[in-house]
Amino acid sequence: MRFCRVFVFLVAGAAAAPALMIAAQPPPQSEFVPVDEVPPGEQIPAINLVATAYGFVWVVVLGYVWSIARRLQRVEAELADLESRRK
Amino acid sequence: MTKLNTLFIGLSAGMLAVAPWIINAAPYESTMGLVQKVFYFHFPSAILFLVAASICGVSSGLFLFFKKPKADGWALAAAELGLVFGAVTLVTGPLWARKAWGVWWVWDPRLTSSLLLWMIFSAYLLLRKYGGPGSDKLGAGMALFGMINVPFIYVSVNVWRTLHPQTSVVPTLPTDMGIPLWFCFAAFTMLFVTLLNLRARLEHQRARVEALYLAEDEA
Repeated sequence: MRFCRVFVFLVAGAAAAPALMIAAQPPPQSEFVPVDEVPPGEQIPAINLVATAYGFVWVVVLGYVWSIARRLQRVEAELADLESRRK
Repeated sequence: MTKLNTLFIGLSAGMLAVAPWIINAAPYESTMGLVQKVFYFHFPSAILFLVAASICGVSSGLFLFFKKPKADGWALAAAELGLVFGAVTLVTGPLWARKAWGVWWVWDPRLTSSLLLWMIFSAYLLLRKYGGPGSDKLGAGMALFGMINVPFIYVSVNVWRTLHPQTSVVPTLPTDMGIPLWFCFAAFTMLFVTLLNLRARLEHQRARVEALYLAEDEA
């Protein structure tokens, strides 16, 4: 008799479990919900990305202008030297 | 450097120095906010990257089919500028994408083909530097192959569904955003033309030096 009671209790519990789990869930979203409060650790500061992008452009452009000026100076000096030797 | 080139370099540097204030005055894009301002440097460098590839391809064609030696100097100059402006495009793009898309990189047609073009230019310059005799002709063929990639890169965003914005974005920009964009574009273009001119001059002077050494050896 005691076994029957335990068995009925377990079967009833097993049958009720999915219904209880569904009831415990938050209601489903029907549409896109924007995240308003992202934890600070997960936020990407845009200013760092923008500053890096602009800094990179400046470094590359200045470096390249300097490189061309240096190479051009060297070649023109060599050319002047060769031309003076021919005269 | 000639006085005119120095003037143009100074003018474009001045414009690029003023650009952050003009860009700062432009309104924020509604969904991306501050990070969208990377666009004002990203777009001009991307267009000039494609222009450099086209100049390199056309000059290489002139060198290969019409035997014009000066065109080879222009091709080499354009390839080097393509590498520089391509690097700017490929670095500023992911910095913008990280915030806007949530990822640094996606293997979509626009990004992948742009990277491929940049790698073609890297290979072209390595070939020209270390390839030895005959590398000019082989390089010219490679540059033509690179140029074929240009229209594919441009239309890829309209043909395939990608994360990258379509080509219709720029013509439909509001005036407040259009003014800083075209200001930056003018500054970058002036810089590009001046650097192309200087780099080609460097190559032509090198050719003269080489010719003088050859003449010395023969004498």
